[in-house]
Amino acid sequence: MTDPNPVQDLNYQVPPEMQSNVIVTSIDKIYNWGRRNAIWPMMFGLACCGIEMICTAASRYDLARFGMEVMRPSPRQSDLMIVSGTVTKKMLPVIVRLYNQMPEPKYVMAMGACACGGGPFKEGYNVVSGVDKFVPVDVYVPGCPPTPQALLNGLIKLQEKIDGQSFLTSPWYQKGSSEPIPLPILGPDLIDPRQNAIFHQLAQKQNEPVANA
Amino acid sequence: MTDAAPTAEASATTLDARFPGAVTPDTRAGYSGYLVAPDKLIEVATAVRDEMGYDYLSSVTGVDYLADGKLEAVYHFYKTSGGTALTLKAQTPRDNPVIPSLVPLYPGADFQEREAYDMYGIRFAGHPNLKRILMWEGFGGWPLRKDWKEAYYEQDTKPFDSRWPGGHFRRSEEKSPFGHNVSFADGFTPEGWVSEAEAAQYPDISELQTGNGRGLHTDKIVVNLGPQHPSTHGVFRMVVTLDGETIVDLHPVMGYLHRNHEKIGERNTWLQNMPFTDRLDYLSSMSNNLGYALAVEKLQKVKVPERAEYIRVLMAELTRICNHMWAVGFLLNDLGAFFTPALYAIRERELILDFFEATAGSRMMCNYMRFGGVARDIPEKMRDENTMDFVNDMVFNRLPKAIDDLDEYLTENEIIRSRCIGVGVLPPEQAIAYSACGPLLRASNVPYDIRRAEPYSIYDRFDFKVCTRPNGDIYDRYLIRMDEMRESVKICQQVLRDMPIGGEIMAGKPAYNVRVPAGEAYGRVDGPKGELGYYIVSTGKANAYRYHVRAPSFINLTVLGELCKGAKVADVVVILGSIDIVLGETDR
Amino acid sequence: MYGLGMIKGFWVTLKHFVNSYTEDVQWLGRNYIDPEKLRLRQSSKGKGLFTIQYPNEKLEVPERFRYIPFLIYEEKDGKQEDRCTSCGICAKVCPPQCIWIVRTDDPVTKRPVPAPKEFYIDTDICMNCGYCAEFCPFDAIKMDHNYELASYDRTSAHVYDKAKLSKPLSYYASIRPTDYEAEEKARAEEEAKKAAKKAAAAKKE
Repeated sequence: MTDPNPVQDLNYQVPPEMQSNVIVTSIDKIYNWGRRNAIWPMMFGLACCGIEMICTAASRYDLARFGMEVMRPSPRQSDLMIVSGTVTKKMLPVIVRLYNQMPEPKYVMAMGACACGGGPFKEGYNVVSGVDKFVPVDVYVPGCPPTPQALLNGLIKLQEKIDGQSFLTSPWYQKGSSEPIPLPILGPDLIDPRQNAIFHQLAQKQNEPVANA
Repeated sequence: MTDAAPTAEASATTLDARFPGAVTPDTRAGYSGYLVAPDKLIEVATAVRDEMGYDYLSSVTGVDYLADGKLEAVYHFYKTSGGTALTLKAQTPRDNPVIPSLVPLYPGADFQEREAYDMYGIRFAGHPNLKRILMWEGFGGWPLRKDWKEAYYEQDTKPFDSRWPGGHFRRSEEKSPFGHNVSFADGFTPEGWVSEAEAAQYPDISELQTGNGRGLHTDKIVVNLGPQHPSTHGVFRMVVTLDGETIVDLHPVMGYLHRNHEKIGERNTWLQNMPFTDRLDYLSSMSNNLGYALAVEKLQKVKVPERAEYIRVLMAELTRICNHMWAVGFLLNDLGAFFTPALYAIRERELILDFFEATAGSRMMCNYMRFGGVARDIPEKMRDENTMDFVNDMVFNRLPKAIDDLDEYLTENEIIRSRCIGVGVLPPEQAIAYSACGPLLRASNVPYDIRRAEPYSIYDRFDFKVCTRPNGDIYDRYLIRMDEMRESVKICQQVLRDMPIGGEIMAGKPAYNVRVPAGEAYGRVDGPKGELGYYIVSTGKANAYRYHVRAPSFINLTVLGELCKGAKVADVVVILGSIDIVLGETDR
Repeated sequence: MYGLGMIKGFWVTLKHFVNSYTEDVQWLGRNYIDPEKLRLRQSSKGKGLFTIQYPNEKLEVPERFRYIPFLIYEEKDGKQEDRCTSCGICAKVCPPQCIWIVRTDDPVTKRPVPAPKEFYIDTDICMNCGYCAEFCPFDAIKMDHNYELASYDRTSAHVYDKAKLSKPLSYYASIRPTDYEAEEKARAEEEAKKAAKKAAAAKKE
């Protein structure tokens, strides 16, 4: 059961009596076969890449061949969020909320340079430099915009990732509920609640008298 | 542009004479139009509209003249009967910028003034709803002011010195202690911060509790459509106040895709802006390129070679077909005919994109036009097929048939007719007052097409009809797109017939460090969505001083609230679909 | 008659439906095998099914297609020789400024040497505009055709250093034959001109 896949919970120990269990691996195979061929993406286009995503779903590239044609407008029915386009600060709270609302197992794909790391608009004041700063991303597809074939390549990569997962170790079957990601706040600039400590450090530094001056 | 100057001159003398002291000609080098004292602006604008016949306010924007300590609002007026622009400017001090609002005279100024307020902090006195529009309420600072710097700020202008010759790779993230693109005032802590961003969008709760006057007491409800909604064509949001199923009030909320196009554009060199224009209206990058190239060429005064002009027109018209195919397909999606019409339309679009890809190198982000021409000539072959054979086959056989097919498929469908006829009616006077443009304006029976009214490129050589439709409802807006596709095909056919074979495609040598003479220019094209204008100010350097995009999708939305009042919820998405917006352009 | 419009619409859908099978019948099973058929299906003359069975068959990208840039090296006497002279034009013209170049300095004279020491492209910023290739005076940087770049990690995979960017000239010749030929011809002419000038200068002396 050694799997090189990084998404797995590495702390989880497979019980000894299960380790050589043939049933587990065959169930894994069936289970993953089912999941990989019925990934429902969220109908959610952000920007230019969204248009290429629609083209990928259209007749020429036909997502239906991968069982992905059922684009759900609701996050609660979708397995995959394709972040297709520039993530702006104004949009970010919505994206994080959508991610929180998706049921496990959920996957995120960053499509295009903007979603991966800010893209050509990275320097802009309203642009988040990479959606992975807030939600965990499974597959990155570079390109501006990625052509439909490049997107399909990314989706196949995602299927490969799903193939590598096991239901024994998958985080969504572990005890305890998964913590939602705290929503960023639209303050004078984008406030990430997880960074409150940094704010206080900076404020403290500000208040400290300059000792060695 | 130059041959029409006398009319502008004539209007000037009258304007000068009528308002001595308040109106003075703008004498800065390379500038035109008039400077108006802010306190007289309303008076002057009334005269401009009622006496001189400039009934169409095309563009309102701000410029920050940091060195003079002044903010300037720039207005471009046109006549819907055709002709050149009348430019008015009002200057106000930077520390207390107030200019009277033109919304009572030209309702189309509404969103544009809000944008100028959002970006520059110019307060438009008398504006009914002066709130931030692209950024959120509560955002710190006026981003487009020249002394405002973003978190990843590196240098005022590109190219950045850190890239070469000592270009040690560094992520911008390292600049911020937060590890991403944010900066705060010194000593700011998030505790106690109350976000106004959401509350600002909703009406006061007391307005919602009303009776309907017939003894029954009903409450209105507020529904958010978007920003994640399959029928908002992207990340657009409408805050809808409902009385039952009927819409009482609708406020568009945008900025969810505000990518700071203009701020980045003012750091860029002139040429560097070209690929960024692709990403405005990402469905029609070729016309975006054309509009920007025209604006810069106006300042440069270059003559574009003949073959390049023909190629430009061919590309722009094919783009229009692409866009309208998409618009019609997705209008039907919004009507509930889920995806089949869109699939047929996308198929034709894909074939045109193949041609774009073979010529320009990319399906959507063509980055094809250059100042003084186009980047490369049409290639000889695409996929082992002669490219011109492919284009000829498309333009003469396939596209006309595809349009007829779509027409046969949809136009007479009873469901479409009953959903569309008489819904979302926009009367012609209202369309003009709200600065609606493109198919939206022409479907309301206003024959205003910039290709005719103020011909650019070589459009004066082609025989085509300015399509109009009489009723201004959704159905007419659908029909006008079909009409325009047919006209575009006609233009393409003429282009292919007349295009010179071989020859220059670029005036002068391609250069990356283009310098543009000082001055201002407003270049506009009739893009697929409507009037796409670029207002640029150059100081004679390699970078743009001001770079503003008059986005048709953005301004067409001004009238959305009015169109939807009294309609049913289900009609809202269709009305929005019939306006045909693209968020990249709306939010920029 | 009410409903006629709808029936007309159904007729159109039916035509599309039937068309998607007629070609299968015409080409009797070779529909998805024959590369000739793929080309026809994707051309303006195609009528039936339009789908590309992506991982199995791929739509050819045109020669001018641009994705991520790459650097060309020539192989001379078994040694890799970069064409790039680190003149910095690509870094200057790059609209989103995604190119970082460190110029090599001669360790003795401290004068710049025409070769890059480091060359980075952040593909998370790159907008595939192709300006670097368009304005490179040495034909050293070109736009790649490879679009299958999806990865699980961006911090390591998306910043391309010189080693990852460098590709042989033969690769360039294979993806863009027309451009390659034209450029080689121009280079040969330039060389000939230079040689002639040199010869003329030598004669004068």
